[in-house]
Amino acid sequence: MSDEEKENLKANELTEQQEAMEPKQAPPPIDAEREAKLKAAAEARAARAAAKAKAEAEAAQAELDTPKEPSPRQNDLERYVRLIEDTVGQGTVKESGLNELNADMPMLVIASEQWPEVSLLLRDHGELRFSYLRNVSGIDYETYLEIVYFLLSLDNKQDVAIKLRTDREAPSVPSATPTWSTANWNEREIYDLLGISFTGHPDLRRIMMPDDWVGHPLRKDYEPLDSEV
Amino acid sequence: MIRTEELLLNVGPQHPSTHGVFRIVVKLDGEVITEATPVMGYLHRGTEKLAESLNFTQIIPYTDRMDYVSAMTNNYVLVHAVETMMGLEVPLRAEFLRLIVMELQRVASHLVWWGTYLLDIGAMSPFLYAFRDREIIINLFNELCGARLTYNYMRVGGVKWDAPPGWMDKVKDFIPYMEKKLEEYDKLVSGNEIFLARIKGVGQYDAATAIDHGLSGANLRCTGVRWDLRRDEPYSLYSRFEFDVPIGHNGDCYDRYLVRLEEIRQSLRILKQAVEQFPSDGETMGKVPRVIRPPVGETYVRIESPRGEIGCHIVSKGKAEPYRLKFRRPSFVNLQILPKLLVGETMTNLITILGGIDIVVGEVDC
Repeated sequence: MSDEEKENLKANELTEQQEAMEPKQAPPPIDAEREAKLKAAAEARAARAAAKAKAEAEAAQAELDTPKEPSPRQNDLERYVRLIEDTVGQGTVKESGLNELNADMPMLVIASEQWPEVSLLLRDHGELRFSYLRNVSGIDYETYLEIVYFLLSLDNKQDVAIKLRTDREAPSVPSATPTWSTANWNEREIYDLLGISFTGHPDLRRIMMPDDWVGHPLRKDYEPLDSEV
Repeated sequence: MIRTEELLLNVGPQHPSTHGVFRIVVKLDGEVITEATPVMGYLHRGTEKLAESLNFTQIIPYTDRMDYVSAMTNNYVLVHAVETMMGLEVPLRAEFLRLIVMELQRVASHLVWWGTYLLDIGAMSPFLYAFRDREIIINLFNELCGARLTYNYMRVGGVKWDAPPGWMDKVKDFIPYMEKKLEEYDKLVSGNEIFLARIKGVGQYDAATAIDHGLSGANLRCTGVRWDLRRDEPYSLYSRFEFDVPIGHNGDCYDRYLVRLEEIRQSLRILKQAVEQFPSDGETMGKVPRVIRPPVGETYVRIESPRGEIGCHIVSKGKAEPYRLKFRRPSFVNLQILPKLLVGETMTNLITILGGIDIVVGEVDC
């Protein structure tokens, strides 16, 4: 190949390269159009965001302005608290409220010493008749332990959640098994997995874990005795 | 010299009539049971502890494995609890699909019970009939979500898969088929004299005892208490459909048997209406945030599973994982009455009574 030929080839390559590059450099009119489009899109986005923020703010303001409809369960809650406090004694109900996340289910925190008396009242009182215990849950809140009894009145079609609180070091609450037989195995399960002892329980043994198990697995700080296994 | 002594007999955990790994230690005086102590935990997998380190979508497959005979209702109780907390809207088509699979599941679950219960008390062929018909439902589920038992079908905000073309027609065809088969079941078993002699008046209790022990499902309704969460605390779309809640009067195994068979009929009735009203198009997933974080607080939701009230108690701290997740398992609660029922009964009735309660050990032990 002569030098001249080489030069020609090089020139060809260059033009080819140039040709290849050319489409990448968009011609000015298209560029302007694109920019205008981008700008319009950005403006539209900003407008939408502003409108959304405004609508949200208005909704929040409207929520604040209109007084909240009192829940139909509010009366029930007040009645339960009054009945318990009048019969068992002032200070029995430590906290009370409606659970908004749960169709406004009334929730009462009961002083655990009064629990046996309160449980009988809830079951037998003519206005309450919470004869059906649907569920018992135990929760470790790290600073204290909580037991929740979910009760149901089949006659009145009403439900209520009763909470007992106990400290983590020597957790103990009175058992509800004498009042509702349902509580028996549920409390055994809580004893097994959270280590809460229920005084007055007829048969408090482990139920899920083996009898020689060490520790209570549902505690937040639980560490298996032998983590390798 | 004649001497008598009591005999300690261990039944299970590996025994076909205990439907899984359930063990019961009985004290016998001759043929009569004087004490019965259930021993549980052989299938305890710590689902509730495991759930604390999983996000909500990851927990759904674990619920399949609790009550593995009725996985669809277990799926539903979890996603329903999360939706209740977050106030999520579920598209109508998705909710219809959920309801249809739940009712199909109820039929399938009762068929398993019917077949295995009769097998327990000595009738071989009903088992084959029941599993033949259940197979149709299992195939329908397989077509819908690719699994026969552990479906993992529902999601927070909807369902994972839409019904494939032609699926709803198959469900439609199944309803009259099953209605006809139920008549066959009745002819085959319900009036059989040997069968009646085995279960009439066995394992009897009254309504007050049932309520005191927190029984639910057919175990409660057989005593005459008309309580069904689908009717009394309606969830999903149940308030749209007409159906009856069957009850018994004597609270014995025979009434439980009749209640469950009637429940299959009522489920078919619901299915018939649901298939007719099924929306022809629409979304199967609602608008759900990418990461599902229920607000701080707690909720307890309950639905009617084939075995009774299954509940889900979620305590949330606003994270993607639950702070505490507790399941109210109907089998676990229903089983509590067993020791009480067994005292004074003969050994042969142990199987009759245990089978009549209808437990799934995956759910008892959780």
